[in-house]
Amino acid sequence: MNQQLVLRVIAKLLIPFILVFALYVQFHGDFGPGGGFQAGVTLAAAMIFYALIFGLATARRNVPDRLLEGMIAGGVLLYGGVGVAGMLLGGNFLDYFVLDADPVVGQHRGIFWVEAGVALTVSSVMLKLFYLFADRANHSGADVQNDLNRPEGGA
Amino acid sequence: MMVVTVVALARSRNLFAVVVLFGAYSFLMATVLVALDAVDVAMTEAAVGAGISTVLFLGALHLCRSEEAKPAHRPLIPLALASGVGALLVYGSLGLPAFSDPTAPIHTHVAPRYLNEGPKETGVPNVVTAVLASYRGYDTFGETTVVFTAGIGVIALLRRRNKNKAEQS
Amino acid sequence: MSTLAGYFSYAVTIFLLVAGLFIIIARGNLIKKMVGLGIFQTSVYLLYIAPGKLVGGTAPIIAPGFHVYSNPLPHVLILTAIVVGVATLALGLALAVRIHEAYGSIEEDEILEQDNADAGSKERGG
Repeated sequence: MNQQLVLRVIAKLLIPFILVFALYVQFHGDFGPGGGFQAGVTLAAAMIFYALIFGLATARRNVPDRLLEGMIAGGVLLYGGVGVAGMLLGGNFLDYFVLDADPVVGQHRGIFWVEAGVALTVSSVMLKLFYLFADRANHSGADVQNDLNRPEGGA
Repeated sequence: MMVVTVVALARSRNLFAVVVLFGAYSFLMATVLVALDAVDVAMTEAAVGAGISTVLFLGALHLCRSEEAKPAHRPLIPLALASGVGALLVYGSLGLPAFSDPTAPIHTHVAPRYLNEGPKETGVPNVVTAVLASYRGYDTFGETTVVFTAGIGVIALLRRRNKNKAEQS
Repeated sequence: MSTLAGYFSYAVTIFLLVAGLFIIIARGNLIKKMVGLGIFQTSVYLLYIAPGKLVGGTAPIIAPGFHVYSNPLPHVLILTAIVVGVATLALGLALAVRIHEAYGSIEEDEILEQDNADAGSKERGG
């Protein structure tokens, strides 16, 4: 798909906005619709779009597998870590009231970190799934998806 | 319109068409969810159903054959079974409260507490986020773990063979 | 008439559920079955979300000027269900891909035939 000029230009135009929108959804999720799940899938969708247009190899160079696997585990650990932090500070598991002197601020802080953990795990799992399926396709049926594998020539 | 899409889905034997129709169906479902005031859910459904699962389906289709075999026998027994289940469900739904009934049990138990106390206790006006991350934090933790486990499962299923292939070649 | 409209959402839900169930049982193709499961799943989303809606209400984001909100609890449950759904769907598709590699087919009948043939040859051999 490397030769599709229109697709490439449109993708280059759109992807930054999708990424920014994902971050907006993540951090504005307290006040508007949004949250960790939505931000995670939007991020992953943006990266999948990128990989479809610019090639799997390019995407893999930008977001390497090792980083993704770390993020998959890191998100769950972050979520669990917030729970354990609540325990260490004298509350129950996943008890956010103790995270700050002011219980409401503590709640807010807890929700923020928990959502961050969710977004990490969800986005990295979705992207990893895509990598695995696409990689599989490259190994077995190489003719159709040859374009996906070819590294980008120019930039 | 959703009903038409589903009927076309059930009849079509070209799996590629089925997958694209499923994406369209997901978008229709997302609009219905917006109409039902579930904006968070609609957002997720649009991104997941129409975006990611369609891509995954296409990836899997590329690895398999994209034409479905003709069924060997007429689907009479499944049809009978499905309509039997449908009839039972219709019978059951007659006992459910009518649409948008404010006195239904769903609106009288925990929901008012979430709506009234949630913003005060957590400082987060989006009640869905507050319930998701705070009141039901255990559920969400378990659910994140499920996503994690499913990811690990797919990695285990799809990656090991690649290494074998690399060793063979 | 109002009672009929009151049960319309249930009717749609039940139709989708029955259609999904029919696809799962009647079709032998594993990917088609997965699509059927997806439809079945979305019918459950509707079953949860529709009763939470109140006519004249708005999305459950607290803001001044609104007093009637939809029920947030089903939204939370279904939000997690969607993401878990796509994760398990990917797992199912991965299994289908592996089955296709092992048997060269994702049709249930052909897989069962191959299994039977394998079992028969083993019995004759042993």
